[in-house]
Amino acid sequence: MAIAVLVLSAVGASVHAQRESGASSPSARDAAPIDLTGYWVSYVTENWRYRMVTPAKGEYRRIPSSPAAVPIINAWDPSADERAGNQCKSYGAGAIMNVPGRLHITWQDANTLRIDTDAGTQTRLFRFTTRESSKATRPTWQGESTARWESVAAPDKGGSLSVVTTNMRAGYLRKNGVPYSERTTVSEHFDIAPLPDGGQLLLVNTVIEDPVYLNGPYIVSPHFKREPNGSKWDPTPCSSTW
Amino acid sequence: MGSDTMLIDVVVLVRRVAVAVLVALSACAICAQSAPAGPQSRTRPTDGGVLPTQFEFAGSWAPLGTEDVQNDSVPVDYLGLALTDEARTRALAYDESQKSMIERQCQGWGAAYMVIGPFGLRISRQSDATTNRIVSYTIDAWEDWMGMTIWMDGRPHPSEHALHTQAGFTTGRWEGGALAAHTTHVKGGGFIRKTGVPLSDQATLDWRFFRHGDVLTVLLVARDPVYLVEPEIISKGFRLSKAPLDYRDPCVPGFEGREPGDGVPHFAPDQNPFLDEFMKLYNLPRDAVLGYRDTLYPEYRKKIKDTYVPPPPCTADCGVAGNFVRRRGPTP
Repeated sequence: MAIAVLVLSAVGASVHAQRESGASSPSARDAAPIDLTGYWVSYVTENWRYRMVTPAKGEYRRIPSSPAAVPIINAWDPSADERAGNQCKSYGAGAIMNVPGRLHITWQDANTLRIDTDAGTQTRLFRFTTRESSKATRPTWQGESTARWESVAAPDKGGSLSVVTTNMRAGYLRKNGVPYSERTTVSEHFDIAPLPDGGQLLLVNTVIEDPVYLNGPYIVSPHFKREPNGSKWDPTPCSSTW
Repeated sequence: MGSDTMLIDVVVLVRRVAVAVLVALSACAICAQSAPAGPQSRTRPTDGGVLPTQFEFAGSWAPLGTEDVQNDSVPVDYLGLALTDEARTRALAYDESQKSMIERQCQGWGAAYMVIGPFGLRISRQSDATTNRIVSYTIDAWEDWMGMTIWMDGRPHPSEHALHTQAGFTTGRWEGGALAAHTTHVKGGGFIRKTGVPLSDQATLDWRFFRHGDVLTVLLVARDPVYLVEPEIISKGFRLSKAPLDYRDPCVPGFEGREPGDGVPHFAPDQNPFLDEFMKLYNLPRDAVLGYRDTLYPEYRKKIKDTYVPPPPCTADCGVAGNFVRRRGPTP
């Protein structure tokens, strides 16, 4: 009798746990502690000389490039990149958030956040689910990004989006050919802050680590202003020189 | 005695079976939670993280130096700013030799210098001795910066007629996992850039401190109805330092070539000899160097696309990262 009671109780608990499992695992979209969707525009108040124009060949100031990177920096040839079909080298995941332009952030599905950029017409997919065989796929400009929300403990509200990107094609951190390799890892935190005029600011804290072409982490934090709509969205193709 | 022993054995057996069943079922329940949702799914949800409502802010934070927040300290470099005409005029009249005047050497820089200066942050926490609640955070001063106290105890800002100081008056609160702070009562004659771009005493500074792992990002949104057309936004990264930082060297004024009574160095309107220096150095457009609002948005990049010519590469004595650009060969 006692066994029967215990077994029934345990079965009940198990079934309940399974039901709870389904009920308590909302999709990433439903669990979002902050709303990143919408249009955002780069507000270039920092690193202007490295972002709004193409710096001189050979200048890699403020980037902790390794000795292995220097010959590549000095050999930068944008025409050769263009001929080889590599005009998107400075639009990869290691640099794209620093390229002046607009972002359009949407949910591709309940567990995939999508960022489209009008500069270079790139697409980043932040997957809140892990895939089993990511290393088998060929590297791409935007690589593979695994995302997770970091929600603030109750009763406070808010949080941050944490994204780790790997499996990228080798690219440039700066338009003038400062390289990062395929072994690069890009770790980002997307945070939102209010602006005094009622607007919002998106801050992308970015840590770029590359055992090949960087001596240490390259850390930047580009920021964007929220825009009310996509009326200024202006897709432009990648360019090696501009 | 024998029946008692048998009874005990049965009870023990029942308990063991019950525990085994419970363990097995619990394991199944856990399996159900962690297993893929279905045959078509080869994915599983990533674990969500929980941020604390507050993080450890006190400590030593070393500057990273990977962002160009100080710019090049060339006299006329207002890149990345949206200035009013009045601000531009004042900035162009500024001569950095003012800081060599003995009475101004220890004047220090305003609150914004926390993110445009070169140093790290040494932050301490002050708590109420009775309640142990945090009353304030203090960011230690540098030789040429007054430091900052962030009041966390809910006290109001003073009257608008209260004394304005270089440091201003700052209150803070925890919000969304970040420390948000607000500074008012800054002194007129402050700067948003060391090259003389002014901030007025009506300026307000909104700060947000984010911590992700060992990286602290300080976000500054500076508003000034007198000198800024749009807020100036600066974000600067710091890394947790194992060694304590110490910038407590006092400022000691000394003779720097300016005799008392020499007057205040300045440039008359249209007489700033450095007006074109930065532009020529990097082939930059004048309206960008002089801090016009439109230059902060992507449209401007497209506007100058066909006219901008990159500067020639550095050819000699370029130093680390090719940054000794002053020694660049003549521009063709």
